[in-house]
Parts: sequence; structure tokens; C-alpha cells
Amino acid sequence: MTMKRPLILVLTAAILFAACVFSMGVGAVYIPAGAVLQVLADNLWPSGALETAKTATDTIVWEIRLPRTLLAVLIGAALASSGGVMQGFFQNPMADPYIMGISAGAALGATVAVTLDLEFWMLGLNAVSIAAFLCGLAVTMVVYAFSRRGGRVASTTLLLTGIAIGAMATSFTSYMLVMGGENQRQLLFWLMGSLSARRWDHVWMLLPYAAVGLAVVLVYARELNVLLLGDEQASQLGVHVERVKLVLLTAAACLAAAAVSVSGIIGFVGLLAPHMVRLIVGPDYRILTPMAALAGALLLVLADLVARTAMAPAEMPIGILTTLLGAPFFLYLLHRQRRV
Amino acid sequence: METATGEETAASVGTAISVEDLSCGYDRRPVLKDLAFDLHQGEMLGVIGPNGSGKSTLIRALTRILPLSRGRILLYGAPLQDYTVREIARQVAVIPQLTPVTFAFSSLDVVMMGRTPHLKRFRREGPEDREIALEAMRRTDCLAFRDRPIHELSGGERQRVIIARALAQQPSILLLDEPTSFLDLNHQVEIFDLLRHVCARDGLAVLCVSHDLNLSSEYCHRLMMLKEGRIYTDGPPEHILTQGHIKAVFETDVTVIKSPYSGSPQIILKPGD
Repeated sequence: MTMKRPLILVLTAAILFAACVFSMGVGAVYIPAGAVLQVLADNLWPSGALETAKTATDTIVWEIRLPRTLLAVLIGAALASSGGVMQGFFQNPMADPYIMGISAGAALGATVAVTLDLEFWMLGLNAVSIAAFLCGLAVTMVVYAFSRRGGRVASTTLLLTGIAIGAMATSFTSYMLVMGGENQRQLLFWLMGSLSARRWDHVWMLLPYAAVGLAVVLVYARELNVLLLGDEQASQLGVHVERVKLVLLTAAACLAAAAVSVSGIIGFVGLLAPHMVRLIVGPDYRILTPMAALAGALLLVLADLVARTAMAPAEMPIGILTTLLGAPFFLYLLHRQRRV
Repeated sequence: METATGEETAASVGTAISVEDLSCGYDRRPVLKDLAFDLHQGEMLGVIGPNGSGKSTLIRALTRILPLSRGRILLYGAPLQDYTVREIARQVAVIPQLTPVTFAFSSLDVVMMGRTPHLKRFRREGPEDREIALEAMRRTDCLAFRDRPIHELSGGERQRVIIARALAQQPSILLLDEPTSFLDLNHQVEIFDLLRHVCARDGLAVLCVSHDLNLSSEYCHRLMMLKEGRIYTDGPPEHILTQGHIKAVFETDVTVIKSPYSGSPQIILKPGD
């Protein structure tokens, strides 16, 4: 089992890479995989001669499709690892940043910042991202406080609290949308979730938060495993439960909120990816977290590919697509849990 | 390593846990009142009493999950609060009544979790941790299902895995909270045989909370009977399991006989009219 783990990771990463290259080739202009790889190589290892001749292919791949694909990777990885952590943290297979209202909270934060025209930068994040992050975190804390009873989190309370808080956040967002005037188009973006017109700026904005958040949840994977035995047993096994929970919850909320702050609400990725991966590698978070991140990235790259091409030249918001995929799966989980 | 029998070590080797004047409870309702006792290395102490007498609360106080409202607990002479949870977990292992298994870890994975208090943040389990875990599984006779998911095991098998996890912690003290209450008769005997064995071989101090008077009497060196949160009586089983004590604490009429196997006192219930 331990021997196979690196192999599974490398294999999944290779599939992800292939999907990215393919996705970058498809669009209004078709670019063969070889040409895509050539552009990547030229830009990563520039050899003076090519510097001068920037082709159209080069611009399309490097300036438009690559940043968008990278964003799909980062957002998918962030949402999936966040969802995976929450499922362990709440000991509940239904947990997910979207279902628990965290994405809606983050979207509300972003909308408020846009509507109020807040403009400042802090720690490399603009006002919109900071507001998204803070609101996402606040919703997480509220949902956690509400659904915890006697050290356990009951499914129904968790889901209902998430739905209630999420609905509240969404209705505020819709209100601002109606009152929004010239910002309407920009605001609609947060509700539907989309990767259209995303550029390198957005990649740089998300990258540090996704990287740090992922690093934290990977470092705490062992503790997360032990937490699955319940708070009391975890403590008796030497885990500082309160501290670890605070760190993990903050990291998970940070991952989800950072993702939402650049893409709007993309639902159910945090539910789908970890569950698919759990079927293959089992419940051990030391392999589950990196695999969920890779699977989430793959899922979103493919979803984005469909979103861009299915109704071309028009574009489908990617959030609609993931929800169409995820909601039936959620119903299936609900059905299975009721049976057990 | 101590290999003396329990009776000798209890008298000769040091105190593992010392409870002084302890009171604690939930919210404002005190559950345990003015408890004072020592647990010695190599000793198997059975804590008995009716439901609500504070047996399980005692375990939670001893692992610092429940704060004390008065008194103190000394672990090897130092107050329990001065230890970190990691340090406590290196000395004290707890075997619960029931382990929730919502996700499908293999038995070996679960036993490896016993190594948690010994591992540093950025260090992975090494081959020696694995060896310790496997040795613990060998001793509790559960190597055969090391790769089986724990939720597929029977109650007795699962409890043996949990005891292996406790042994993998390499503790000097074992606390057991009704370890056999969900098990069939044959598994109850099996688990207690095992506990007696590790207690004697490694010189562990064992505190076992149980509602089963006969099992406790058979296997423990000493019994402590709780009534309404206080120690009613404390001593060797033959002094504790008497008609009078049981009438006073459990409000039940019994006859006490000697086990034909070991001579330990065993109770026979007297049916009502």
C-alpha cells in the first residue's frame, strides 16, 4: 500500500498535465498539443532568438489559455482539499464549502466590497479578496458554533445551518445585485462562478493562499486522521484538539474563500473530488489530501473545457456545470446515509 | 523490565497516579466528590459502582478532558496540568467502551495512530514505529486482520485492535472505560486475560472501570467501589465484594460465593418475589 502511493500521485499528476495541455489547445482557435508544449517550453526557457517573434499562438496560449487553466487547477485543488478537510473535521461526509454556505458567505463579502467600491491592498490581496475571505471565515465559524452539540456535529444540523446561512448570504448578494446599477454584470459573476477573462493577475493573487492553505492541511494530515476517532480519543492520543481544529478550520476556510474571491461560487467540487478519491485510496488524509487536490484540479480543468466549448462562442458559467454534476451526487450521498 | 507478579509490584514499586481530594463534574453539578486514592505500578485496580456513580467521569478527569473543581491529580509526582497532552499520551493510554469508525481505516492504520504522541510534527512514522505497532498487534493477537478495515471487524476483534493501539503508545498506565460492555462472554474473558497479562509482564498500572462485578473481582488486585461520586470502600476484592457493601451501594440482595477456579469472590443474584 505504502509503495503504491507515490505511483498513484505521479499518475494522477500526469493525467492532470495531459488534460491541461489538451484544454489549452481547444477553443476558437485549435492549437495542437505539440504547439502548446512548444509555447510553454519557449516561455519557460527563453532562447534569445525566439524573443523577437511573438506569434499569435504564443499570445493565445501564454496570455489567455494558460492563466485560465492554471486558475482552474488552483481553484479545483483549493476547493477539493478544503472539502476533504471539512468532511474529516466535521466527521461528516456531506461537508463541503458550498453546501455549508462558506462559498456564499465569501461571495457576499466580495459583492459588498465591489458595491462599496472598496479599494485597498493588503498582503498582496485586494479589498474584494479580503472581504471574501473574512466573510467566508465568519460563516464557517457561525456554522460550526451552531451545529456542534456535545462534541459531535450532526448531519442534519450542519446541513440546515449551512443552507440557512448560505441562503441569507445569497439573498443579500441578490439584493445588492438588484440595487447594483452599473456593477450588475460584475456582481452576477460572484453568484454564478466563472473563469472567463481571468488573467495572470488572478493566478498570482490566488497562488500564495492556495499554496499556504494546502501546505497547512498536508502538514496536519496525521492529526486529521486521529480526529476521525472523535475529539476525546484524539486528545488521549496526544493531539492538542482545540489548537489543531482552529488551524485546520482556518486553513480550509482560507482555501475556499480565496478560490471564491477569484472565481465566484463554484459548487460541489469540494464534495465530488474527495469522495471519488476516497473510493480509490481510502480514508488516510496523508494520501487523500494531495489526491483530492489533484482530482479537484482535474475536475475543474475538464469542467472549464466543457464550459468554454459546449455553447461556443457563448460561454457557460462553470458553476452551473459543477452544480449539475454535484447535486445528483449529493442526493446519492444523502440517500446512502439515510439507509445506514 | 519488571516481571514480578502483580501482588508484589503493587507493594514494592512506585505510585503511578495519586488522586488527592478530587472533586469535579459538569456545569455546576458535581459528579465526583472528595476522591483520594493511589494507583500503583503493576497493579490492576477495578472501579465499580452503579450507573451515575461517577465511574466514567473519573476516566475523563484522569485524562484532563474534564477540569477539576477541587483537588489535584499527580502523575508520577507532578501535577497533571503541568504536562502537555502529548506528554500525558506517552504515559497514559485510554481504552474506550466504543470507538466510532466513520471512515474505513485498516487495523494497522488504527494501531499506528498510537504512535502519534511519539512523533514530531514533520517526521513520518519510521520502520521502528511500524515494528512497535506490529508487535502490539502480535501481543493482542490481531495480526491476522491487520489489513482489514476496522469497521468490518467484530466487536471483540475491534477492541483487540484498540488495545493494540494503546500498547503502541508504550504507556506505563492503562485506563479502561467499560472495555467489554459491548462484547460477548468469550470476548470479555479474552480481553481481561490479555489485560492481566500485559499488566503483569510490563508492570503497567491499570485502572479499569466496569459495571461487571464478577469480572472485576476475578481479574483485579484491588477494587474501589463508588457510591454517588464518593469512594464507598477500597481494598482487595474479598474485602469489597460483600453482601453488606452490595446491599448498601447497589440496593440489591446477593449471595457471595468463592470462585471454584480462583477463589475470588463472585456474586449470585437473589431474584425478587
